[in-house]
Amino acid sequence: MTDFPKTAEVVIIGGGVVGASIAYELTKRGVKDIVVLEKSYISSGSTGRCGAGVRQQWGLEMNCRLAKGSVDIFEQLTEELDYDIEFRQGGYLVLAHNSTQVKQFERNIKLQNSVGIPSRFVDKDEAREICPPINTEAFVKATYCPTDGHANPFKTNFAYARAAERGGARVYRYTEAKDILTENGRIVGVETDKGRISTNIVVNASGPWSHEVAKLAGIEIPTFSERHQCLVSEPLEPMFETMVISFQKGIYLQQVPHGSFVMGIGEVEEPNHNIRSTWQWLEFFTGELLDILPVLKDLRIVRQWGGSYNKTPDAAPILGEHEQLAGFYNAVGFSGHGFMIAPMTAVCIAQLIVGEKPTVDISPLSAERFSKGELVVEPSVVG
Amino acid sequence: MNDEKIIICRCEDITIEEIRAAIADGYTDFEELKRFLRVGMGPCGGRTCLPLIRRELAIFRGLPVDEVALPAKRPPTQVTTFSSVAISSEGEAK
Ligand SMILES: Cc1cc2nc3c(=O)[nH]c(=O)nc-3n(C[C@H](O)[C@H](O)[C@H](O)COP(=O)(O)OP(=O)(O)OC[C@H]3O[C@@H](n4cnc5c(N)ncnc54)[C@H](O)[C@@H]3O)c2cc1C
Ligand code: FES
Repeated sequence: MTDFPKTAEVVIIGGGVVGASIAYELTKRGVKDIVVLEKSYISSGSTGRCGAGVRQQWGLEMNCRLAKGSVDIFEQLTEELDYDIEFRQGGYLVLAHNSTQVKQFERNIKLQNSVGIPSRFVDKDEAREICPPINTEAFVKATYCPTDGHANPFKTNFAYARAAERGGARVYRYTEAKDILTENGRIVGVETDKGRISTNIVVNASGPWSHEVAKLAGIEIPTFSERHQCLVSEPLEPMFETMVISFQKGIYLQQVPHGSFVMGIGEVEEPNHNIRSTWQWLEFFTGELLDILPVLKDLRIVRQWGGSYNKTPDAAPILGEHEQLAGFYNAVGFSGHGFMIAPMTAVCIAQLIVGEKPTVDISPLSAERFSKGELVVEPSVVG
Repeated sequence: MNDEKIIICRCEDITIEEIRAAIADGYTDFEELKRFLRVGMGPCGGRTCLPLIRRELAIFRGLPVDEVALPAKRPPTQVTTFSSVAISSEGEAK
């Protein structure tokens, strides 16, 4: 490429949903001179491997606000980005298996309702109306939020990237950040395999590689990557619209508009970048699946794959400018929920970069919280 | 026959016209094209359609066909049901 940029106002490392949405939100705020570096193709990382469920039923107020704010954005994103992202609000049914969980969910619902999330308890009969084939022996009660849902992760990622490009951002595929240059505690540039770019602002949106990318800038962040596997079945006639999820089993599944079922389960894994899918996982998953939805036993599995959760010690993301390095912003460590909160997260990061007050106070999510012992503990995460 | 009627991906019901339109619209990376149209994501795993689409991409990009990399393959190679997975795991000594 002859015209590879020599300077940029902002360089974003990572072209997944997080990097692409931040680029877009920056262009909306008047920042045009943006370079997005993506070492592979768009949606090659966790975004293209995710379940793409969008849930607002959280147990921490900040997460409720990020999720609710994102749903408000998802609801009009097809129009805003002029690209059908296939957002469907078929709800989320969250299963409680014992009285401790029911108590926790009571607290969650109160909190969720207080920020405008329309979640509620449902008994077994109502759960069966929402999801007719569910085995009601497998849980005691459930919560349901009708405005939760699902979007197409590839299309959401492409839509944001294209909208950012229309706004002036330049997206470079197959271009890798190799080094991050600093001087006196501030960012001065990025070295890539296509050339050097001078810049004062770098956003680390590198998903599974967040630890390595921060290290390029000489910064240690406590993120690590863990394999999570998923599968998709053959398409069937529509049976139910809701996502079904159990924190206890770590399982989630949904019939997507295309008719196929997308489902996954978390397993204990060693931190590393191995994302190969395994037969052992499939056996483990099948046992748990047939417990809650025995009717699916004759369903045929079409494809199985693995991806990474980029995790932190408290399973909450690291967001914002790093205290020790001016101009270095992290938007990483999203575990299994980086897709659903990406729209509002992007708004907040863009606001921080242009010096506005973020819509949601994300200051508790600083990288420094770990050394200060101020962990953010969310009771309602999967895997 | 009209292009809009020539189905290239039978599993996902995608025509040559849709494929050419997507390529012209900028989905020239095989992995991105696959995810945009769902081509190759059906029960056959793309065995029939991917080689045909590869040719279209090669023509558009002006490359020899074998220089257009095929998308990554995903298991299972044969479509399986959950009950057959359950039966085979019961049969194992645990
Ligand atoms: C199996 C599975 C199921 C999931 N289900 C859900 C779900 O239902 N709902 C939900 O909200 N979330 C879910 N997630 C989590 C979600 O996928 C992630 O949190 C989210 O996609 C993170 O987006 P990202 O843009 O940060 O990362 P990515 O999509 O991984 O993007 C990071 C990009 O950075 C690029 N990159 C890395 N290093 C460099 C470098 N040095 N130079 C240039 N580019 C670089 C990578 O190639 C990659 O494309 C799931 C994840 C998995 C694995
Ligand atoms: S024909 Fe395209 S996936 Fe089967």
